[in-house]
Amino acid sequence: MTAPVIEAPRSPARPARKGVNWEKWGWIYMRVSGVLLLVLIFGHLFVNLLTGDGVDQIDFGFVGGKLATPFWQWWDVAMLWLALIHGGNGMRTLVNDYATHRTSRRILKGAIFAAVAVLIILGTLVVFTFDPCPAGSPADLLPSFCPAS
Amino acid sequence: MSQQTAGTLTTETKRSSRPGGTLYRGREGMWSWVLHRVTGVAIFFFLLVHVLDTALVRVSPEAYNAVIGTYQTPIMGLGETALVAAIVYHAFNGIRIILIDFWSNGVKYQKLMFWIVIGLWVITMLGFAPRHLMNVFGH
Repeated sequence: MTAPVIEAPRSPARPARKGVNWEKWGWIYMRVSGVLLLVLIFGHLFVNLLTGDGVDQIDFGFVGGKLATPFWQWWDVAMLWLALIHGGNGMRTLVNDYATHRTSRRILKGAIFAAVAVLIILGTLVVFTFDPCPAGSPADLLPSFCPAS
Repeated sequence: MSQQTAGTLTTETKRSSRPGGTLYRGREGMWSWVLHRVTGVAIFFFLLVHVLDTALVRVSPEAYNAVIGTYQTPIMGLGETALVAAIVYHAFNGIRIILIDFWSNGVKYQKLMFWIVIGLWVITMLGFAPRHLMNVFGH
């Protein structure tokens, strides 16, 4: 007969839970996306607000010119996804901290999820279905590379 | 030993009227956390609006220009300055949080790092705000 096993002091009382630890991956996501967003958003702000005439230069022609190139399409789509999920997960943290009732937590988190999902889909569709030279628009509103209509 | 401990506690109690045992409350750790939450919420709600206004490029050049024109007014120009201030703080303090989590000396230097964040924030805003406000008010 074997002697009973005595566990070492302070050994974990219960085994690690099985399955994916979503809270851990959320925690990691906030840090990884945060670093990427620092680069993407600082670049976005520099190009849009500090070059040329800054905020005054922004019109359809300016944005159309940027979104006509794959570089800025992917830059903006990366920002869109990373920022909305980062922000949505941050808002989820606040709901967990401050909403005291199960129902209000569920409604608030549902609203956050819906807003994030709708805007990610909308923004991605806009970036990739965008036409910088829509037919029938006045030429002076369009990017300079558009063929004169 | 106990005499010295008691002495330290007494001095601490006399110096401030805060309840005992608050290494965190009311200090750099708490305020950096509060600012991180407040700026995060503000940025999130701006982001919701900003994706919608940018989506107007898919509607028509006229619709986009009409809405983006409102971003070029003086009041919105001040709002953009506040928004960039919030983003820059949230970004720099986020790096501080990562350092607290992963750098072995992060917790030891978290207060110093808060003041470094504030210093870098001031420098960045001194670079951004004059240039942006000149664009907003100068034309």
